[in-house]
Amino acid sequence: MSNDQKQHMIKSFKQGVRFDERGLEDFRKLTISCKPSKTAEGSAVVKLGDTEVIAGIKMMVGTPFPDRPEDGVIMVNAEFLPLASPDFESGPPGIDSIELSRVVDRGIRESHAMDLKKLCIKKGEKVWIVSIDICTLNDDGNLLDAAALAALAALKSTRFPGYDGEEVNYKELTDDKLPLAQEPIPVTVYKAGDVFFVDPTKEEQKNVDARLTITSLGDGNLCAMQKGGEQPFTLDEISKIVDLATKRSKDLRKEIDKL
Amino acid sequence: MSYTKRKDNRGFDDFRKVEAKAGVIKNADGSAYFKIGNTIAYAAVYGPRELYPRFLQNPTKGILRCNYNMMPFSGMGERVRPGPSRRSKEISMVTQKALIPVLDLSEYPNAVVDVFIELTETDAGSRCAGICAASMALADAGLKMRDLVTAVSVGKVDDKVVVDLDYAEEAYEDGHVADIPIAYIPSTGEFSLLQMDGIISTDEFIEALTLAKKAMPRLYEIQKKALKEKYLLFHGNEEKGEKNE
Repeated sequence: MSNDQKQHMIKSFKQGVRFDERGLEDFRKLTISCKPSKTAEGSAVVKLGDTEVIAGIKMMVGTPFPDRPEDGVIMVNAEFLPLASPDFESGPPGIDSIELSRVVDRGIRESHAMDLKKLCIKKGEKVWIVSIDICTLNDDGNLLDAAALAALAALKSTRFPGYDGEEVNYKELTDDKLPLAQEPIPVTVYKAGDVFFVDPTKEEQKNVDARLTITSLGDGNLCAMQKGGEQPFTLDEISKIVDLATKRSKDLRKEIDKL
Repeated sequence: MSYTKRKDNRGFDDFRKVEAKAGVIKNADGSAYFKIGNTIAYAAVYGPRELYPRFLQNPTKGILRCNYNMMPFSGMGERVRPGPSRRSKEISMVTQKALIPVLDLSEYPNAVVDVFIELTETDAGSRCAGICAASMALADAGLKMRDLVTAVSVGKVDDKVVVDLDYAEEAYEDGHVADIPIAYIPSTGEFSLLQMDGIISTDEFIEALTLAKKAMPRLYEIQKKALKEKYLLFHGNEEKGEKNE
């Protein structure tokens, strides 16, 4: 978008007008559907307006890291599939998808959302490895929040496959769920000029100067953050962003709680 | 030994339950969703658009590029490593060959039409599901086409010639199995994809192809109906848009 358009957007935003008539602090319509993929042990499709993301969980048995012999392993990977946008290209993951997967990973890992000890089968030898794969289906902005919600919803829907001590039986899932102790919810607040807003469409996102992702927990604590974009923030701005993000996370949490 | 009954009670000449939708990916120039049994394919078309690097360009007509990919959680067993594999590259190539006969890209010199096929869930027959979705997506993109391409696998399980093998049938152990993925151009009666692995007699092979020809028109109708339905929905006549069974 040209600079003129950017100035126009900022001017409109100051009057509280967005391209799709939402308020600056409003999310688009969120829908979460669970278990769209039967081959995954857990999966979810999240739609935020026209942004659509699918996340799937695969469970494997493997060896733990030598320095953490009693801990299960979680891995987060994101694929910005060229199917989802003319701007995405085939090939190894780019920096945007790497950043996204790492932010989602930190939200889950640092909140201790999962009790990794409970994923231990035999100390130092066998643990469950939980692979969280996030794939984009359609990019219309704010992939980060959509992806993290999809990952969380997919984890909530996961059932362990059968395991007899030797082989994993993917054909029959058990009733056992993942040991999820926390539900980290991310909200990214975006800044253009001196206005702050959430959940941009792709068009709006092109004009963003800076963003800050705040991942928070049900008790109000914060568990992961990531600043992006090329403009810095002041302390006042950061405090304002944290307030807005925690406020919105409560709405998103209601949707996650319904699952 | 004899293979007497299929798992889901369908006839030997029946394919699994099919659901098809067009226009499922907003960013794409054309797109489609095709589900057959527990195999789900999405296809998105981007283009005609400029092709880089330029040495790949064809100054006489546009080229078609297909990319088949399984999402990491879409396999029946362990996680599938993301990124291209030898298998996915081959399937991308045969998919392109299956679709090119119906496409007329003579109006787009130096350009490329990209087709991205993504599988979210698979239970055999994924390349055929991908081709069905892709041909619908190309039509949805408004490209000049002679026909749709419709695809399903046929083959043999023990002593029976069957249509649309699922994974359990492909893995049948008490007798010979043959899996023959086929793509078919209904208006000309020609086959544009033909692969086979397994063991089958010449007579049974011809019988399988004949069976495929019989099954194809029903799939073809589902594809056409889904393409039309997009416009029914567009006009707000949602109650009229029946589901494809």
